[in-house]
Amino acid sequence: MGVLTEEMIAAIKDFFPRYPTRQAVTLPALHIVNERLRYVPLEAVVEIAQLLELAPAQVQDTLSFYGYFKQDKPHGETRAWVCRSIACALRDGEQVLDHMCHVAGIHPGETTKDDKLTIEFAECLGACEYAPCMLAGDVLHKNLTNESAEAFVKQTCTGHGGNGQAGAKH
Amino acid sequence: MTTAAKQIMPFEPVLLANIHKPDSHTLRVYEAGGGYQGLRKVLKEKTPTEFIEVVKSSNLRGRGGAGFPTGLKWSFLPKDHPGPVYMCINADESEPGTFNNRILMELDPHQVIEGIILSCYATKAVTAYLYIRVEYPTCYQRLQQAIDECYAANLLGKNIAGSDFSLDIFLHRGAAAYICGEETGLIESLEGKRAWPRIKPPFPAVEGVFRKPTVVNNIETAACVTQIAARGVEWFKSIGVPSDPNNPRDPGSYGPKLYCLSGHVNKPGCYEAPLGITCRQLIDEYGGGIWKGRKAKAAIPGGISMGLFTEAEFDTPLDFAGPGKVGCLGLGTAAVVVLDETVSMVDFLHNSCRFFAHESCGQCTPCREGTHWSLSMLERIKAGKGRLKDLDLLLEIGDTIGIIPGTTICGLSDGAAWPIKNAIRKFRPEFEEYIKRTNPTGYMVTEAVNALPVVALH
Repeated sequence: MGVLTEEMIAAIKDFFPRYPTRQAVTLPALHIVNERLRYVPLEAVVEIAQLLELAPAQVQDTLSFYGYFKQDKPHGETRAWVCRSIACALRDGEQVLDHMCHVAGIHPGETTKDDKLTIEFAECLGACEYAPCMLAGDVLHKNLTNESAEAFVKQTCTGHGGNGQAGAKH
Repeated sequence: MTTAAKQIMPFEPVLLANIHKPDSHTLRVYEAGGGYQGLRKVLKEKTPTEFIEVVKSSNLRGRGGAGFPTGLKWSFLPKDHPGPVYMCINADESEPGTFNNRILMELDPHQVIEGIILSCYATKAVTAYLYIRVEYPTCYQRLQQAIDECYAANLLGKNIAGSDFSLDIFLHRGAAAYICGEETGLIESLEGKRAWPRIKPPFPAVEGVFRKPTVVNNIETAACVTQIAARGVEWFKSIGVPSDPNNPRDPGSYGPKLYCLSGHVNKPGCYEAPLGITCRQLIDEYGGGIWKGRKAKAAIPGGISMGLFTEAEFDTPLDFAGPGKVGCLGLGTAAVVVLDETVSMVDFLHNSCRFFAHESCGQCTPCREGTHWSLSMLERIKAGKGRLKDLDLLLEIGDTIGIIPGTTICGLSDGAAWPIKNAIRKFRPEFEEYIKRTNPTGYMVTEAVNALPVVALH
């Protein structure tokens, strides 16, 4: 029994006619799996490689180049990217990132114990007029403050009484 | 008020003319404003070669950062190639400070798509891949909606608008890597590989994606093509800075430009202005001046790769030739980020070095090692263990990485080098003061010292 469902396989195959090579479907396939599983385990890499008629190492090589696809375990239900590049940093983006991580009880790149939230730093999100900003899922959060970032963490994480220990009881 | 300042006043935005309308992203609203008329006219009245000549004679220069003349780029495609020719649209906008393409894709995607169709018609490309960064989910949705609307309205697909020209546009999402904005890095990434830029030649026009002739154009460039088709070359050349009459190879800086303004200003935003307004005009007349009643200290002129203006250099025109005259790399993406008087240049440079160390693709040793060592040194300086000698070491890195010194395949490390060179050469007393103040017993040490462990960062 594979990791890829029939639905995922069909979605990947839908991309085949768009490109003259199968290898070009690598990034679309990784996105398809990642959107559904919130990570791309090695088994999925092998199965994608079979579909694309590539060696698993070719898919893994591409995957590992990008920091985007997690492989050890799924990211949280919400993945929040907090910008740390210059326009946001000039308006205290890095402090907001620190504060959010403190409130959630995790470091950048980690997931809360309740699996609700992954916080990561991002390089420029291209929303500098709203600095400091954060992309959480598909939603751009603009002009963040420590307070609005904290409110976001509390809304996102379950059982969070505002004690700065999101789901830390496990 | 200077003459240039007076010229701005009557300027009517064109690229951003639609964005404030309700449902500006829909085909209905775009067509109600005259959208796709330029395309229909070109399809009826001009051959592809004639349209290339139109764009060539407009002197339109690519808006992605390098400023290469668009029509000339198109004309490098081999004649009578059996094809297919591919169009790649670069929407991997990731240069810190830059968001003009996001505005266009989110709020006026049809203006972009019309330009892509026109560009493909000119270059005889029958497939266009729009490579969009994954951090732009709203753009992705809006563009897909717009593309679907175009297929339904016979503006994409077979025999567009009754002509014998056919085209497919496919969106292709990246995965959060700055290097995919380099055109050959983009091509490699599109092919499903790591985004390692290619050695040129062969240039993409000869051998690009899938080993076929390829043009890579920016989103704002496509929007300019739309406007040139609709309004004509005369209109385009009535805006901006003319070519230098003493330099027959200077294509000038014509047309409207989207300037991004962020950092310590009262009104950050994306503003359309004629090419050639000064940094000070942008900050004062569009951005409402420096925030909190403070003074400016410096500004990034066109994305962080371009280096730094000092406050005294703010009267430099933001055209393709301007920033280079005060030691910056160029106009870049025309994204201005303003630093007020409270900003530490050590912090600025640390932020810049951290960005490039994170985004170096690792293919060329001078870039991979240079960006990382410069970050290590900045971390040490920031933590109070800096030495005056480090400034010379940083400059040595800055002067030796990149295409310009000839040590790397792509320009990422030129972009990494410029902030180092400009910050230290233009603000050296501040760096020296910081180092002496924070490391009073060690700032004169010259023998090798260890990098700090990463933990000192946090």
